[in-house]
Amino acid sequence: MWQTCALSLMVFTGASQFALVGALAAGGNPLTAAAGAFFLGVRNAFYGLRLSQSLALPRAVRPFAAHWVIDETTAVSLAQRGRRAARIGFAVTGLTLYLLWNLTTLLGALGAEAIGDTDAWGLDVAGPAVFLALLAPMLKTAVERAVAGLAVLLGLGLLPVLPAGVPVLAAALAAPAMLYVEGRRAAGREAAGREAAGREAAGRDDSGQEEER
Amino acid sequence: MNTWIAIGATALGCYAVKLAGLLVPAGLLERPLVRRFAALLPVALLAALTAQQTFADGRALVLDARAAGLAAAVVALVLRAPFLLVVAAAVAVTAGARALGG
Repeated sequence: MWQTCALSLMVFTGASQFALVGALAAGGNPLTAAAGAFFLGVRNAFYGLRLSQSLALPRAVRPFAAHWVIDETTAVSLAQRGRRAARIGFAVTGLTLYLLWNLTTLLGALGAEAIGDTDAWGLDVAGPAVFLALLAPMLKTAVERAVAGLAVLLGLGLLPVLPAGVPVLAAALAAPAMLYVEGRRAAGREAAGREAAGREAAGRDDSGQEEER
Repeated sequence: MNTWIAIGATALGCYAVKLAGLLVPAGLLERPLVRRFAALLPVALLAALTAQQTFADGRALVLDARAAGLAAAVVALVLRAPFLLVVAAAVAVTAGARALGG
C-alpha cells in the first residue's frame, strides 16, 4: 500500500504508473519495468517544451513546476489566452489533480485490501482498458495504426521467448521501425522526383550537344 | 525491496524528462524527427501493454474473460463513451464472464 502511494506521489504520470505496476505484477525485472514506464513518460518532455514558452517561468521555479507537467495540465494551460491565465490554469489544474490523484490512490490501495480477490471483480482488466482508452485517440493515421499493430505482434510474439518486461521494450522498436519506413518512402519519392528532373536536364544537354555537332 | 528500486528509478526518470522539457533549448527537441518519434513511442508501448495484459498469463498466451472485457472496452470506445465508462464496461464484462464461466 505504501508503495502504491509513493508511486503516485513521486511519479505522478498515470500511464507510467500503470505500466510499472503491470510489469512488476507479471514478474518483470525492476529495471526493465522502470525502463518501460520511463519511455511512456518521455512525452512529458515535449509538454514541458510547449509549456516553457507559454508559461515563461523563472528558472528557480522550473524544478518545482516540472513535477506537474502532465497531459492534463498541458491541455488546460495551452487552452488559455495570455501568460497570466496560462499560469493560473497550470497551477490550479496541477494542484487539484495532484491532491485528488494521491487521495484516490490511497483510497484505492485501502479498498483493494478490503475487497480481497480483485480478479473475481474483473479489476485486472482495468489496466489494459485504461491503456486502450489512452491509445485510441492517438491512432489518427495509418502510420500510428501500423506502429500499434507491429507493437502488438512484437509484444505478444516475443512474450514466450524473452524475460518478462523485455518484450514491451522490444515492441517499442515498432516506433523507430515505422519512422524508418516512413522516411524511406519520403526519400524514395524525393529521389524519384530528382531523377525525373535529372533526366529532363540530361535530355536538354544531349540536344545541346547535337546542335553543336 | 526490488519494488522500491523500480519505483525509485521510475520516479527519477519521469521527473528528469519532465524537467528536461522545461530546461532544454527548444531547437533540440523541435526537430521533426524527434517530435515524430516521441509521438509514436507511446503508441507502440500502449499497444504492446494492452495486448500483453489482456492475452498473457505469465509467459503463456491465453484467451480468457479479459479478452471479453477488452472487447467491451473497444465497443465503448467506438461509441465514444467517456473514459471511466470504458473502463467500467471492461471490468463489468470480465467479472460477468468469470461469474458465468467459473
